[in-house]
Parts: sequence; C-alpha cells; structure tokens
Amino acid sequence: MRGTMGRPLGMALYMLFLLIPVYWLINMSFKTNTDIMSGLTLWPHAPVLDNYRKIFNDPDWHASFINSILYVAVNTVVSVTIALPAAYAFSRYRFIGDKPLFFWLLSNLMAPPAVYAMPFFNLYSSIGLFDSIWAVALAHCLFNVPLAVWILEGFISGVPREIDETAMIDGYSFPRFFIKIFLPLIANGIGVAAFFCFMFSWVEQLLASTLTTVDAKPIAAMMSRAYSAAGLDWGLLSAAGVLTMIPGAIVIWFVRNHIAKGFALGRV
Amino acid sequence: MTETKIWDNRAWFFVVPVLVFVLFSSLIPMMTVLNYSVQDTMGQNNFFWNGAGWFQNLLDPTTEVGKRFQGALARNLIFSFVVLALEIPLGIAVSLCIPKHGWKVGAVLVIIALPLLIPYNVVGVIWQLFTRGDIGLLGVGLRAIGFTGFNVTQDATSAWFTLVIMDVWHWTSMVALLCYAGLKAIPDAYYQAARIDGANRWAVFTNIELPKLRKVLIIGMLLRFMGSFMIYTEPFTVTGGGPGEATSFLSIDLVKMALGQVDLGNAAAYSLVYNLITLTVCWIFFTYTTHADAKETA
Repeated sequence: MRGTMGRPLGMALYMLFLLIPVYWLINMSFKTNTDIMSGLTLWPHAPVLDNYRKIFNDPDWHASFINSILYVAVNTVVSVTIALPAAYAFSRYRFIGDKPLFFWLLSNLMAPPAVYAMPFFNLYSSIGLFDSIWAVALAHCLFNVPLAVWILEGFISGVPREIDETAMIDGYSFPRFFIKIFLPLIANGIGVAAFFCFMFSWVEQLLASTLTTVDAKPIAAMMSRAYSAAGLDWGLLSAAGVLTMIPGAIVIWFVRNHIAKGFALGRV
Repeated sequence: MTETKIWDNRAWFFVVPVLVFVLFSSLIPMMTVLNYSVQDTMGQNNFFWNGAGWFQNLLDPTTEVGKRFQGALARNLIFSFVVLALEIPLGIAVSLCIPKHGWKVGAVLVIIALPLLIPYNVVGVIWQLFTRGDIGLLGVGLRAIGFTGFNVTQDATSAWFTLVIMDVWHWTSMVALLCYAGLKAIPDAYYQAARIDGANRWAVFTNIELPKLRKVLIIGMLLRFMGSFMIYTEPFTVTGGGPGEATSFLSIDLVKMALGQVDLGNAAAYSLVYNLITLTVCWIFFTYTTHADAKETA
C-alpha cells in the first residue's frame, strides 16, 4: 500500500487536519459577530479588522500580552539557570540520594496543576506575591525546573568527561571552565531546554489565571473578557486566539531544526 | 555512561538551588493540602482535627464525594485510554511520513509543532467554535451528513467525540516528533543490511524501526498518559465539564470543589489521592523503563 505516493499523501492529509481548525479561527477573526452568527461561510466575504483594532487599541490587552511575555521570560531564565548546575551534578557525579532525588524531581513534572491551584493561591497570598508576574513565574517552576534538569542532563551526558578533566589539568578553575568551555558545548541543549520552558509556560492557563486578578492578568485570562454580559464576542475571541498563536509560531520557526532533538530529550 | 560517574558528595552543592525552588513550589504547598486533609473547620479560621475522615469519605463509593471521585476517575481513565490508543499509532505513522531531506523537513516540522504551542484555552476556543452546530465547520458538516443530534453542549456523545478529536489534534504531533527523533537515531547500516537481505517495508518497520522506537514510545506514552490524566483547560473551555457531568474529569471536578465550592477538606483529600495515583503510575513507568534498560545493556 505504501508506495512512493503514500507517504506524501498521508502527510498532506494530516497537515490538513492540523491546519483546518486554525484556518477556521483566522477566518472568524476577520468577521463581525453578525456575520459569524448569520451562517457558515468558508472565507470572510466582507473582511473587517474591527476585532484586531479593538485589541490593539485597548491598553488592558497590551498589558496582558506584556504580563504573559514577562512571566514566561522570567520563568525560562530562572528554570534554565538553576537547572544547569543540578543537571551537571546528576550527569557527572554519584552522591548520596542522587537517584531518589532525580525521581522526586521528575515526579513534579507529573503533578496535576489542579492539585496545586488552591495551595498556591494560599502560599502566594500569604507572602504578598499574589497577582504579580512573580507568582506565575515561580509557580511554573514546579514543572519547568524538573523538565530543564531532565533535558540538560541528557545533553550534558553526551559531552565526554575527558573534556572536563583536560580543562582541569590545563589549570582552569571550575567556574571559568564551566562558563568558557562547557556552556558553549551544550549551547544546543540550553536552547532546547529554554524552548520547552517557554512553551509550557506560554500554554499553561490554570495556574496563571488562578494566581492573578487585575495587575498581572495574563492573556489567557484576558480572553475571558470576550464572554461579556452582552453574550459571546466570537470575533474578538478569535482575533485574540490568532494573536496568541503568533509568538509560538515565531519561536518554532527559529528552533525548527532543534525541535526533534529536544523531543528526544537528548537521551535516545 | 553510568560507570564514568565519580562518587562525590560535594555534588550536592550543585543541586541546592533546584532543591530550594522545587521545595518551595512543591513541598510547601503540599503541606497546606496535607493540613487541610486532616482538619475540619467551622469558619473563622478555627480548625480542628478530623483524622482520616475526609479520606474515608472520598474512598467510600456510597457517599456523594465518593461517587463524584469514582465517576471522574473512571471518565478520566477511559479518556486517557482512548486518546492513547489513537495518538500512539497515528503518531508513529505520521513520523514515518515526515520527509527525510530538503526544505520540506523544516516546513513540515513547523506545521506539526504548531498545535503544541497554542495556549490551552485557545485550543479550547478553536474547537468550541469549530464544532458549533450552527456556525462551526465541523459541527455544520456533521449535521449535513446526517448526524443531526450533534450538539456539544447538550449531547454527551458529541462532547466526548469533540474532546477526543481535539486531543488527537493537539497532541499526536508530540508523539510524532518523539518518534521522528527516535527514527533519526537509527544508523543507516541497519537499513542497508535490510536492503541486502531483501526485506520489504513492513519487515523493516517491525524488525528495525519499531524495536528501536521502544524507548521513545515509552516516554511518549508516559507523557501522553500524564497529560490526558491532568487535562483541564481544554475540556473546561469546550464543555465546562458538561453536559451534566459527562466530561467532568478529575482536574475539572477538583477545581470545582476547591475553588468553586471552597470545600477544603474534601478537596485536599481529593488532591492527595489524585496526586498519589499519578505518582504511582509515574513510578511504575520509571521502574519498568530502568528495568528494561538494564536488561538491554546486560
């Protein structure tokens, strides 16, 4: 069955399946609500930019976009920075409790965010971080730090130990060796880890909206604004949806050659 | 690789920052949950000891909370089973169809990765709109070809159908990318040997590719099981857990209980049991993979 045409055809069908719902969202974002409700059309017959205009002219929408980008950035930087030395330790050394510790770290990756919604709410309220980008950035560390450790450990294990030893013999101090020699060697791994931290923090919504109300409202929570008293603003919702897809799409474009590698988590 | 590791307890210093962060974001919140799970309150911050009461309540299938928990657990397990059964084979098939060379590789990878980078609530919005019986392409299409009862908000079968298709749409790409990475790691020599032996496509797949993919498939299955077992935002956006209780999975039910009804004791016991189940599954997977690894290297 699988001739020379089978594979491209299968791929084309799958991509069609992926893209049609996305196209549908884009299509709706260029329609007015009356247009949307009046029935099904495959493309916007009278395309309007009103929905996008509404978003671009509203400071609340800007603020929520910036909030989202800020907490994702803070989380990515923090996660990767603290995961690096730990991943190095797990990859190079054996120490008391290393295996249980590694498993315990990974088990956090598997913890349902819903379990943490209520305790996080209490914790961040009590230390005065509630409704700040820091609360969300820290909360996302729960799953991003273990993930970064896991990915980086895989990449570091791929670098031969001899390199560390040679540098020591050449008289490098550990910090200098780590920054000057080691980091460039695992630059790919750092990129992949950062990409995954970005991705999981960007798409997560339950914790992000539980931990914020007004000041640090993320874009995901802002979208609930389309569910107003006047009913659902489908056009606005679609336009906001399209806009939230853009950062992800840009990031994938830049890291496309590393994506597959990262999904193998460096360990295969 | 393990033999080259050096025994040195000072390595702990490298792990301290991670430990501090993860303790802060995992253990401290869990203490609160533990606290609530064994106490009851009369309001005004007056707590008193309740022992295992909440847990007995939860695990007793005759109580209301017990029924809720059992129902959500059963629905969640069925959902996980169904999406895994669809996504794993489909993901393998897609990975085999990804082009091997040229500019197409990048383009295909970008499109495949797209659903993974869409915020969960937008995924929900897309499918909510797409499956609307009056204005959505899929909803209208299904009605046009005879499924007149298709209605996500009122018909349980429609709701389930939508959530399953949505999950397949959202996550099959992850399985495909994992398998693609696994396939790329197979040395060319294996394929050459197969060609010399005159093996057909199916033989190459079952004798070379599938065994080599075993490890990535285990990772993929674990990630997909956990993902579907924790799913919250997407079904919440599409169905809100309805119609009735039809798509109230564990996370949805728990959030309803904890933040909606502020039923702290029951919610805390619920959280702990839920977390324990995911941990157990996670642990079984890990021991199984390390065991299988050990066998392979032996």
